[in-house]
Amino acid sequence: MIGGLFIYNHKGEVLISRVYRDDIGRNAVDAFRVNVIHARQQVRSPVTNIARTSFFHVKRSNIWLAAVTKQNVNAAMVFEFLYKMCDVMTAYFGKISEENIKNNFVLIYELLDEILDFGYPQNSETGALKTFITQTGIKSQSKEEQSQITSQVTGQIGWRREGIKYRRNELFLDVLESVNLLMSPQGQVLSAHVSGRVVMKSYLSGMPECKFGMNDKIVIDKQGKGGATEEAAGKRSGHQSIAIDDCTFHQCVRLSKFDAERSISFIPPDGECELMRYRTTKDIILPFRVIPLVREVGRTKLEVKVVIKSNFKPSLLAQKIEVRIPTPLNTSGVQVICMKGKAKYKASENAIVWKIKRMAGMKESQISAEIELLPTNDKKKWARPPISMNFEVPFAPSGLKVRYLKVFEPKLNYSDHDVIKWVRYIGRSGIYETRC
Amino acid sequence: MTDSKYFTTTKKGEIFELKAELNSDKKEKKKEAVKKVIASMTVGKDVSALFPDVVNCMQTDNLELKKLVYLYLMNYAKSQPDMAIMAVNTFVKDCEDPNPLIRALAVRTMGCIRVDKITEYLCEPLRKCLKDEDPYVRKTAAVCVAKLHDINAQLVEDQGFLDTLKDLISDSNPMVVANAVAALSEIAESHPNSNLLDLNPQSINKLLTALNECTEWGQIFILDCLANYTPRDDRESQSICERVTPRLSHANSAVVLSAVKVLMKFMEMLPKDLDYYGTLLKKLAPPLVTLLSAEPELQYVALRNINLIVQKRPEILKHEMKVFFVKYNDPIYVKLEKLDIMIRLASQANIAQVLAELKEYATEVDVDFVRKAVRAIGRCAIKVEQSAERCVSTLLDLIQTKVNYVVQEAIVVIKDIFRKYPNKYESVIATLCENLDSLDEPEARAAMIWIVGEYAERIDNADELLESFLEGFHDESTQVQLQLLTAIVKLFLKKPTETQELVQQVLSLATQDSDNPDLRDRGYIYWRLLSTDPVAAKEVVLAEKPLISEETDLIEPTLLEELICHIGTLASVYHKPPSAFVEGSRGVMHKRLPARTGSGEGTECPDVGNAAGGSAPEAAPSIIPSQGDLLGDLLNLDLAPPTTTGPTPSTSGMQMGGMDLLGGGLESLLGGDIGGSPAMGAGFGAAPAVMPASLNAPVGGGLGDLFDLGGGVGMPMGAYIPPKTVWLPAMKAKGLEISGTFARRAGVIQMELVLTNKAMSVMTDFAIQFNRNSFGLAPAGPLQVLTPLGPNQTIEVSLPLSTVGPVMKMDPLNNLQVAVKNNIDVFYFSCQYPISMLFVEDGKMERQVFLATWKDIPNDNESQFQIQDCHLNSEAASNKLQGSNIFTIAKRTVEGQDMLYMSIKLSNGIWVLAELKVQAGNPNYTISLKCRAPEVSQCVFQCYEAVLKN
Repeated sequence: MIGGLFIYNHKGEVLISRVYRDDIGRNAVDAFRVNVIHARQQVRSPVTNIARTSFFHVKRSNIWLAAVTKQNVNAAMVFEFLYKMCDVMTAYFGKISEENIKNNFVLIYELLDEILDFGYPQNSETGALKTFITQTGIKSQSKEEQSQITSQVTGQIGWRREGIKYRRNELFLDVLESVNLLMSPQGQVLSAHVSGRVVMKSYLSGMPECKFGMNDKIVIDKQGKGGATEEAAGKRSGHQSIAIDDCTFHQCVRLSKFDAERSISFIPPDGECELMRYRTTKDIILPFRVIPLVREVGRTKLEVKVVIKSNFKPSLLAQKIEVRIPTPLNTSGVQVICMKGKAKYKASENAIVWKIKRMAGMKESQISAEIELLPTNDKKKWARPPISMNFEVPFAPSGLKVRYLKVFEPKLNYSDHDVIKWVRYIGRSGIYETRC
Repeated sequence: MTDSKYFTTTKKGEIFELKAELNSDKKEKKKEAVKKVIASMTVGKDVSALFPDVVNCMQTDNLELKKLVYLYLMNYAKSQPDMAIMAVNTFVKDCEDPNPLIRALAVRTMGCIRVDKITEYLCEPLRKCLKDEDPYVRKTAAVCVAKLHDINAQLVEDQGFLDTLKDLISDSNPMVVANAVAALSEIAESHPNSNLLDLNPQSINKLLTALNECTEWGQIFILDCLANYTPRDDRESQSICERVTPRLSHANSAVVLSAVKVLMKFMEMLPKDLDYYGTLLKKLAPPLVTLLSAEPELQYVALRNINLIVQKRPEILKHEMKVFFVKYNDPIYVKLEKLDIMIRLASQANIAQVLAELKEYATEVDVDFVRKAVRAIGRCAIKVEQSAERCVSTLLDLIQTKVNYVVQEAIVVIKDIFRKYPNKYESVIATLCENLDSLDEPEARAAMIWIVGEYAERIDNADELLESFLEGFHDESTQVQLQLLTAIVKLFLKKPTETQELVQQVLSLATQDSDNPDLRDRGYIYWRLLSTDPVAAKEVVLAEKPLISEETDLIEPTLLEELICHIGTLASVYHKPPSAFVEGSRGVMHKRLPARTGSGEGTECPDVGNAAGGSAPEAAPSIIPSQGDLLGDLLNLDLAPPTTTGPTPSTSGMQMGGMDLLGGGLESLLGGDIGGSPAMGAGFGAAPAVMPASLNAPVGGGLGDLFDLGGGVGMPMGAYIPPKTVWLPAMKAKGLEISGTFARRAGVIQMELVLTNKAMSVMTDFAIQFNRNSFGLAPAGPLQVLTPLGPNQTIEVSLPLSTVGPVMKMDPLNNLQVAVKNNIDVFYFSCQYPISMLFVEDGKMERQVFLATWKDIPNDNESQFQIQDCHLNSEAASNKLQGSNIFTIAKRTVEGQDMLYMSIKLSNGIWVLAELKVQAGNPNYTISLKCRAPEVSQCVFQCYEAVLKN
């Protein structure tokens, strides 16, 4: 198990050091600093073995978090824990920075004592932790409160406390998708997938039982077969349903129920949580198509023409569109002409950045550029990195639709109809690249 | 209020100031002071001098202050053990506090103070906390047992904490269960033989129930513990798999990987034709792919594991090539791992895509990555024959780029392509030669020289090229020197007229001017070969080369199996067994995958089961420590079969007479089998290579087949053959695994061996020898492994045995110590044979003789045994026994009880008489055995039991 946990600043000074096991000595702190933080080379692996001691590290801005062990620990668990640790710290004091860590070091030690015991991760849900670890010291609690805290921390529903009350029961569902594409210069899709998240923000009283439904092909097909109006209904809904390659759920979702019936039921944590993550690869709506044309004119000039086409309903508007066209390292000057938006050559980034604020569906726009090159005697050819794109569209490129989210709270007197529900779809570009 | 100010006090004499502040009356000031102390401790300053003052602050109602003091204690208690005692009272008091959070805090902290004197005081509070009414305290106490065990293992055992901990596995609170499992697993690791984690179907069921309810971390502890269990049969294994698969949709990647580990392991036991097996395979792919959208560090862990999974079960991810395509901004460690997996998944179906990708990668910036990509193109050519041409042309394109390291890497892989497809792509040699001057890495130089030497007859200026290398011979690395020597000798053999001078030059450079023994020796060998017999030299040097394998960097199968059992852990990230990087006894135990079994015979492989179960010692195949005389014999092993070297005189003298008597019979026996060839006896020792074929064909082939046929139909006559067990695990024999059994077929005793090569290299030159044993068993011929045993191949051999070998009494009586030799090493193991294979066919005694003998043998020699749970009637039992040469002579029925009288004759002439009482409706038989040599009774009884129950 985890033998110790250290937090360093960018210079390699220790900000937090908590040792859980006897086999980790003080010299481990220095070993990591010397071999990893101060290493001349770029870090080649997130796991480093120095003198039979293994170091796992993650970096957040310029802060290093390192977990140390001498045993054959579950490596996946250690990284998951480090991410969780970051989440918890962010939830308590915001951005992870040297200043924030120094300002809250007592709190961090207190948290580390609670969520890692002898190197074994314990309950790390911020919702539960905040009930008894506070920066203002312990409040005098009644006996009932104390036992309520402990049963919640250890209980089956460790992510929600009882007795939550809201005057207005409200929930917000965000379907956030990032669409990833790798396209060949000829317009052939080399790989494309959507990785999506369903983020839920709920302000519901009591312990509400929720049930979430979407246009999952497996569910729809099953219902189509069962119903009486099978043929027509099956075909119609089958047309809208999507095939989900794989999905993972927040720990509040009952996985065995999903496995058996493919129904998603849960009692949500209060506030925001990431309910589900999913991935699809079939029938993806690619919001933009990039058509590049690069021509080398002699050794000192490049001509680049890029056309982008939007491929969705004309009534919808895409936002924050940015096309990044890489330029060779020996570029001396660039001249750009674009029909829409603004384009600029950024020498520090070796790229032409073309920004368009808004663009409706089924439109087309074009940029052309002339790149002057300095003559070099470098034998190596320019690697031609792919042209990448950023955008945001108000629909889900995977085609996912939320069908329902039902809320039941048998003990309190509000019903599903009383809950105000909001659903929003946002499709963003992930790694959206076209080779040129 | 900010805490960062505490980090800035660096002035002199601060210890004194802090001391004063700690003793201040004001609570706020005290707290501030303690915080300063902790801050100094964090940055590595020694503040142990303040120990008494800090401990004085412990008695407080302020929980925050208390926690800070505890933190200080944990760090410095060890350096001030006497002072630490001062804190004990507060701890003990806190363990009684009405607030469960404070009780838990006290017990948690106490466990972290590693001072012997304190641990004594810890026992009582810990005992109370383990049974506390509050689950939060119990889950903390469970971990505390593991802490205490780490400090003083004996104390934990003496105080009975282990039993209490085991009880917590049945706790109503899932988190308590999870922590108890974690603590027990850790303790069990340092006691590999104690049966601490007594996993059985009931406890497994409890764990699976808790799995659905506990936190993500708890689920990981439970899944990791489940992975150590070995189900009894495929049905149980399937039902566990069914309950674990929902975890594959968990958001926590570690839960997913641990679930994958359990499934990969238990899948081994499922029959491949089962529908569920296919379903499970399909279910595994999507979650593995999803892991690739996690954060880069986790992706790295996942990819290292996928690398193992793909080697073990390529079918899972064979359609998922695209997800392993490298993204431009992946961190380098993710890129390199993806590339590795791409090569493994490359096949004819996807090769076009893969090549297009690899070509892109070869133009990237990172040198390591580019090199690997170039190498990957070469691997593809070797792996997928159809793509070879395209790969070669891609490589040529890359050589044209003239990027130095790309060219060098390409030349190294082209050499391999030449070896795989000889005489196919020589047209590219001209292009390669153009780049000769730019090669500065030894590997690339050596590869280029190899190519020139190999194709010397097609390269007009081969002598000039090689000569140019020769100029700086002494500055080259050994690899290049060796290659240059061989290449020039090859050139000489191909074009002797023009290159005599060159070859003499290189030979003298290698033999006279070099200090490297390898180089010198190789030089001398060539020199002598060339000077004595150029034709022979040609045959040796220009011999056809063995083909190179398609896969490289494969992990040894035994190691792979072990690593599969460690999926998700550091071992799977390093691709090394835990013993390679973990100190001490922890986790050094080897884990293995369970064997595939049918539902009926699940329990028949105790050895495999136990080893995988992770707690029992490897019982059955004890490896014989090297014995002097055995080893000496082995040196002669491949010169002649041991039976004809003449038995070494047995010093004990026991049963020497009997042996001589039988010794003469051997030749006639062999002669008869072979078909009366009189020359055979004489040719025996001289030509072992001729004999096996003729000996084994009639015995192993003909008679064996005949017998198998009978056995298959279910004739009652079939002699009992115990199931094959693993005698020599691959771990102990450099990759050679031997399992086997003994059988008596048509009067011939046979040792049936299954040899499996789990190493990476080919094994040849097998030979076998027995140590002296109780009944003089010895191989009747050499071991019949005629073809070399390739990696991952299995061969079944049956070795006929004679009973005329040297005799020495063994303990147990039926123990047999065996030595097996191959081209790698000599391995020793011991096994036990069922004595029933020594029962001869003419063992039926006359009734009268039986009666007389029964009376004649003194009653002291009689032994009685119980055979339990046998549901055969006397008729069936008698039939069954007859199949194994146990003959029923008479039957008597007294008061509904059948009395069967039987006789057995052993190969060395010992008679055993038996009386078997069978009562209708009672599954327990009673058996009395009488024999002049009562030592054998126990073995005979075991045979009865084995025969009747199978």
